[in-house]
Amino acid sequence: MLRYLGARLGQALLILVGISMITFALIYLLPGDPVRQIAGRSATPETVESIRRQLGLDLPLWQQYLRYVGGLVQGDLGRSYQQKTEVATLIASRLPATLLLLAGAITVELLIGLSAGILAAARRGSALDRAVMVASFTAVSAPQFVVGILLLYVFAVQLGWFPIGGYGSFAHLVLPALTLGLLGGGWYARVTRSSMIDVLRQDYIVTARAKGAGRARVLLVHALRNAALPVIAMIGLDIGLFMSGAVVVESVFGWPGIGQLAWQAIQRIDTPIIVGVTLVAAVAIILGNLLADLVAPWVDPRIRLRR
Amino acid sequence: MSRDRLYRTTALAAGLLLASSVWAQEIKQGGAMTVTYKDDVSTLDPAIGYDWQNWSMIKSLFDGLMDYAPGTTDLVPDLAESYTLSDDGLTYTFKLRDGVTFHNGRPLTAEDIAYSINRVVRPETQSPGAGFFGMIEGFDAVASGAAQELSGIRIVDPRTIEFKLSAPNATFLHVMAINFAHAVPREEVERYGQDFGKHPVGTGAFKLEEWTLGQRVVFARNENYYRQGLPRLDRIVFEVGQEPLVALLRLQRGEVDILGDGIPPAKFLEVMESPEWRDNVVEGGQLHTGYVTMNVNVPPFDNKLVRQAVNHAINKDRVIRIINGRAVPANQPLPPAMPGYDPDFEGYPYDPEKAKSLLAEAGLADGFTTELFAMNTDPNPRIAQAIQQDLAAVGIKAELKTLAQANVIAAGGEPTGAPMIWSGGMAWIADFPDPSNFYGPILGCAGAVPGGWNWSWYCNEALDAKAAQADAMVDPAKAEERLALWREIYAEVMADAPWAPVFNEQRFTMRGDRLGGPDAIFVDPVHIPVHYDEVYAKDAQ
Repeated sequence: MLRYLGARLGQALLILVGISMITFALIYLLPGDPVRQIAGRSATPETVESIRRQLGLDLPLWQQYLRYVGGLVQGDLGRSYQQKTEVATLIASRLPATLLLLAGAITVELLIGLSAGILAAARRGSALDRAVMVASFTAVSAPQFVVGILLLYVFAVQLGWFPIGGYGSFAHLVLPALTLGLLGGGWYARVTRSSMIDVLRQDYIVTARAKGAGRARVLLVHALRNAALPVIAMIGLDIGLFMSGAVVVESVFGWPGIGQLAWQAIQRIDTPIIVGVTLVAAVAIILGNLLADLVAPWVDPRIRLRR
Repeated sequence: MSRDRLYRTTALAAGLLLASSVWAQEIKQGGAMTVTYKDDVSTLDPAIGYDWQNWSMIKSLFDGLMDYAPGTTDLVPDLAESYTLSDDGLTYTFKLRDGVTFHNGRPLTAEDIAYSINRVVRPETQSPGAGFFGMIEGFDAVASGAAQELSGIRIVDPRTIEFKLSAPNATFLHVMAINFAHAVPREEVERYGQDFGKHPVGTGAFKLEEWTLGQRVVFARNENYYRQGLPRLDRIVFEVGQEPLVALLRLQRGEVDILGDGIPPAKFLEVMESPEWRDNVVEGGQLHTGYVTMNVNVPPFDNKLVRQAVNHAINKDRVIRIINGRAVPANQPLPPAMPGYDPDFEGYPYDPEKAKSLLAEAGLADGFTTELFAMNTDPNPRIAQAIQQDLAAVGIKAELKTLAQANVIAAGGEPTGAPMIWSGGMAWIADFPDPSNFYGPILGCAGAVPGGWNWSWYCNEALDAKAAQADAMVDPAKAEERLALWREIYAEVMADAPWAPVFNEQRFTMRGDRLGGPDAIFVDPVHIPVHYDEVYAKDAQ
């Protein structure tokens, strides 16, 4: 187990180095000039060059990268070009909201996805099954912006059940989590259904039934445990996805997540924030996958952790 | 929207403002308002902040020697009580107002004014505003890092400060009113270092009460503000990360008072045609001009006749219809709200036949092919398409290049990078309300350099000399004469036609029912979206 963990973390480090290099190179290739963004339209060419020198942006790319990594190993993500604030502070300020939305969205996804998927699989071919399939397909294809605005208009503006956007209480979380959860729930329902159908055909289910296990027990204990594996892998991916920001939903609901920070930074060519958020997202994706892999053998003991 | 109506609105606003100063004392202080923005507030450091959003927020936290009378472009002393100008036009002496304190309780002195301006010019501050102080003696030495203090600034006594310029300059008082010249307390700047922008301390009407990153910024009334009766509100809450569409819904429910990003385009007509909400919208001019640049380095735009033909070819009224009438047609570089604007100037009226005959005269009867650059966010691609169609109608085939803002700016800054640019989304909005601000960087030789903002690369040395002559007219008695000279300069620019001015954007500020105050402060030419110090809460009355 420890050896496995060590190997996985070693891989993770390599991946992070790779991602940081690629991000650096891509930003370097962007046509916009961050220095001119900082200097503004009234700056003299001398001012522009002086800022470039001070930020070290006149150095060759590999030197800029080494300087950045040098700061990184001391826990320094640099300062924002536009805001002058430390990138670590900016990201930390966005983490609570991001984590809360992540937890809310995954909860909704699981609630919707698992229940719809199990029901559809249990009543395969029925009208209910077809309805679940159509609904999940709709949920998967609906644009987040439209769903978000629709939910907001109906439940917040018209019915007044929830606040119109913002952050702070449980009531604020419901609609954004629902918007993200509906979309993910559609995927989860489809995956759960097909994986349940697969499992329900297997011999041990027949045995369980023959031994007199009730229908609910067979579905929820015997079958679901095995059918849940692909869903667990999906949760691992979702953790990474939501950690890099749900830009659209955050924007509709005024949710102060990491996605808004990244989006604004990209528009202003605020390189330190872009690189910082990318690294945090990469770490989250790696950790999410690792978590999913660690949970898998616990759910299904046939799986062993190996290099 | 006719031009007449604009004048009437402005005149009405000015009248209201006069009336307001009479009953100003009767307005009770108190109440709060909520302003929404989509983007984070980046910084509130007056040396750094240079965007739409923080510009007027900073003006409420800090003060400079000069300011503008609310709702107007008229310069008035602010931290200064009075000032004098020497006979040679080179030395300004300001007497500071008594009893001004910073939010930390320390009294303001002349030392603070000097420190604040030196700080902006010093290269390590990385201020986008350093260049504004280039007229002060000793600028080059400080800007290059060779000296720490401008030799042209002299502290006479704690309440008197003197500025010596390297040449007479009529815009100097405006420069003393821009945010970059606002007073900051040295001890707080040194205490917070680079984080001063998140911990601003000034002398302004409001002080910072709370800043929750990514969520909200809260201003509270400065109890010790030196102007009696101001600010009118106790608190202003700026909520960030708010989608404009959602902000509008919240305003209609009474949760929000001002839409910082304006009325969302998709809802504009609905609001303007709604009997319930139409009266909540205040319309006014702004110091903005949208134009098409023609690069005089790129044939056939090196031919004046071709540039004039383009001017005649563009149907400005149609372009304005595309943006739901949120602008007025432009025929000269200066916007109508800018001193020096010439209401009698005729420009190049829409006349495709005239355009064709000018092209024929230039030997291009069969037209030609070129490229039109534009920024890729709505409505700019649609505007560029309309211009493209107008050009096609006279035989000019312009290929559209819609790119991200930074890329268009980069192309414009190269000598032959972009034959034509539609300036929308990047257009010039004045730093201060003086006609010179529309010339130097965007039409003068100084801006026609790699990386500059003069995208037509028009460089007329005779006009540059005239501009310098106008800016040297510092005698207030000659102010009208100076404006007349500027009118002449812009008329000559238009005769050479390096630009085709298209429109001047109008501002439409939507306010919640709880807010009161004269219309002019809701479309203040300098404080955008509103003059935060002057707005009052009806529920506190």
